[in-house]
Amino acid sequence: MAVAIDAEVLVIGGGIAGLSTALSAARTGADVRLVSEAETTLHHASGLLDVLGYPPNAADDGPVVDPFDAIPDLPDTHPYAIVGEQGLRDGLAMIDEVLGEAYHGDHTDANALVPTHGGTVKPTARYPASVAAGLASDDRELLLVDFERLTGFDAGVAAEHLEAAGIPAETNAATVEFPIVVRDDAKVTRYAHLLDENPTVTVNGREQRVRTALADAIEPHVGDAERVGLPAVLGVDRPAEIRAELRDRLDAAIFEVPMGPPSILGGRLEDRLYAALDDAGAEIESGGGPIVDFDADGGTISEIYMDRSGSRIPYAAEQYVLATGDVAGGGIDSDRAGVAEPIFGCDVPHPDDRYEWFESEAFGEHRFAQFGVSVDETLRPMGEGGNPEFSNLRAAGAVIGGYDYPAEKSASGVSIATGYAAGRRAAREA
Amino acid sequence: MSDTQRGDTATDRTKTDADAESVDEEGYEPRDVFGTTTEMDLRAGADNCTKVGTCDAECPVAEVNDDFPGPQFQGPEQWRLSKKGEVEIDDSITECSNCLQCDSGCPSGVPFSEMHNTARAKYVLEQQPLSIKKIRNRILANYRTSAWLASKLPRTANFFMNNGAVRWLMEKTMKIPSEREFPEFATQTFREWWRERGGEATSKQRAQEARARRGETDVDPEDKRVAYFHGCYSNFNTTEVAKAMVRVYESLGYEITVPKQKCSGTPMFANGRVDDARRHAKVNVEHLGDAIEAGYDVIATCSSCSLALRQEYPDLFDLEGIDELAAHTYDAMEYLRIHEDLESELAGAEAGDFPDVAYHAPCHSRNQGLGRQAVELFEDVEGVTVTDVGDSCSGISGTYGWKEEKYETSMEIGAEMFEHMAEADAEHGMTECPTCSMQMEHGTGYDIHHPMQLLERVLT
Repeated sequence: MAVAIDAEVLVIGGGIAGLSTALSAARTGADVRLVSEAETTLHHASGLLDVLGYPPNAADDGPVVDPFDAIPDLPDTHPYAIVGEQGLRDGLAMIDEVLGEAYHGDHTDANALVPTHGGTVKPTARYPASVAAGLASDDRELLLVDFERLTGFDAGVAAEHLEAAGIPAETNAATVEFPIVVRDDAKVTRYAHLLDENPTVTVNGREQRVRTALADAIEPHVGDAERVGLPAVLGVDRPAEIRAELRDRLDAAIFEVPMGPPSILGGRLEDRLYAALDDAGAEIESGGGPIVDFDADGGTISEIYMDRSGSRIPYAAEQYVLATGDVAGGGIDSDRAGVAEPIFGCDVPHPDDRYEWFESEAFGEHRFAQFGVSVDETLRPMGEGGNPEFSNLRAAGAVIGGYDYPAEKSASGVSIATGYAAGRRAAREA
Repeated sequence: MSDTQRGDTATDRTKTDADAESVDEEGYEPRDVFGTTTEMDLRAGADNCTKVGTCDAECPVAEVNDDFPGPQFQGPEQWRLSKKGEVEIDDSITECSNCLQCDSGCPSGVPFSEMHNTARAKYVLEQQPLSIKKIRNRILANYRTSAWLASKLPRTANFFMNNGAVRWLMEKTMKIPSEREFPEFATQTFREWWRERGGEATSKQRAQEARARRGETDVDPEDKRVAYFHGCYSNFNTTEVAKAMVRVYESLGYEITVPKQKCSGTPMFANGRVDDARRHAKVNVEHLGDAIEAGYDVIATCSSCSLALRQEYPDLFDLEGIDELAAHTYDAMEYLRIHEDLESELAGAEAGDFPDVAYHAPCHSRNQGLGRQAVELFEDVEGVTVTDVGDSCSGISGTYGWKEEKYETSMEIGAEMFEHMAEADAEHGMTECPTCSMQMEHGTGYDIHHPMQLLERVLT
């Protein structure tokens, strides 16, 4: 006879939505447990926290200047419209408090423009302190530097793109050898750990620390540049110390350029958020397997079951929050017959004819991009009739439908806002 | 998209629109484009790889060894290469320590464990030339055999195994690093102790007494039965772990049986000896399967043993009852968590003079999603602090750190864990894995305990 592992609030999903939910519930004092099927993929993300980069359904318009100004014009079904401007502000305030000095952007409502590894500029609401000196709106001359064997960031290409985009700063690029000659395909973590540890290397017959040697290699290229951008590999454990040392040696501001996966900036964000959740007293279980089944009694979920190599592990809570992501994250599933939320079978509105799920242009306004559960004003997934599917189930993040986050660049903000609201509500009712 | 395909799609669509009802009724019959998947066809696994490189970034061996190509090559890329015909498995496969961090880190579900085990077996069984190291690896893989021999004369074995001259000779002839301390063999194996104690009958009696004491008169005794997979190490070496498990379970009213069993196969998988592992697995599946049929669930105290039974067995072998075994196998602590109200049992309980411990979650526990349970469970116990030292790999990875040529790598990987253990406010360590335990002791000089021993102290 099994006894379920219990909590007051059980959050399913370990991404930014699940973390925001669990943090917000745990900070009210609730007994919270977060379970995720696998290791979180947050360390694949850029580490930038966007709120609304582009207006929905207006692909040709430029970036949104102030996301808060844009909220009143969003359709009623958009998650921001459901939680409201204040919901978004409250969620961001929680994350700002948790991230503290490590993140910037909370001084203004307006978006910051952050140059990323391909030289494109991303409008974002919050960004790591380490990228702050690189903002595209800044007119100080800048130098982008890449490393000979580091794939994933080409300073020359990025600089050309930035110039073509018309940023106000004069932009140059340089390529240097990383002082310790590492393998041809070393991962970003390898560079980051070497900069953290700062071992001694012999360069041109001289014994030097790695950071010093790196600064010496960059120095001849700096010229009049007031800021120097490097691939985001400047340490996992000691990023501020590494930047400060390079700044002093080069007499220029140092910034990191966000890169693709696996991402050091994403990894640092992951570490901070998980540590904050741990500090807030929540229990965290990841990698144990997917939630595959549940028991419900009169519209109230009593237990859910994790499948761990064929064993059914029971979990129980008073309140549940679904933060399992969209189609890409596995939170929404589809086959030829239709689209559904796979754990609880919540309704996912979609056209019957699956040829209406997508457009023929790759970057068209695909309906599938907006697939997800529709929720009531307290974020409970609703059935076809418009009533809550379960009395004690809420949803947060991309599992909610009605918005196209890749197009409008709103993934983090929606996750934070809906996670904060769902977590608060679940904790209050638990 | 080609014109033909577009045409096909259009036809398809018209048909669907016109005849939607009949399609709904009959359902869609998918055509199997790739043919039926055979036992070791890992195409699906290789195709899942999107080359984000998380596996390489998380690989503890690639982190310290620039010559090691990393899991992305060892797994999906090597599999694709091997489909080209005469391409042999690269000998770097033997550098992989089988820690499975790549397996847990992959966002796309690439079955690294299965791929590595398959490639390693192919290399060792078909390509690797005969050498001292190959012989040594087989001896290490079959630790159960050596341990069984040593257990016949444990005191003599203990004397010789840590004798300087013997160890010098072992390093010179067998390439076993002389730096390592050989684990001590128990003067009485767990099975001998179990038999002497009266085996199942005694266990049944003690469980009955405990249930009476606990007021569990309405509990069906058949619901409280477990079959113990002790593995080699707690049978021949750390018998105190196995005994702690017995006392804890009996005190909670469980009747225990100890079925006939062989090695779980973990060291064999890691050394490419899938042939040996299969032989042992057959015995385990048969006897543990009998226990499951009689209503028992299987529990293990060693995290690599439970991982083998749950994941590697069904991945690699096609034996009758193997999925049943996977579904009925649990880590000993995990099982109690979902069958007893452990939280209440432990809240406010006293740990007595049990020392504070620096806890390392073995990779193979994390791989089962169990990396945090020990820390969580002992949170509310009075008088003991369990500090998690983070998610680095201990570096020994079973037999890996027992090879002269891997010793340095193993210690370099373990450095992060040693550092975190030193920073933790504790002079003892704790972990579920026997070889992580060896490495922790080797690197810090601490005494290392198993969570079951702390549970024994608190509950009995």
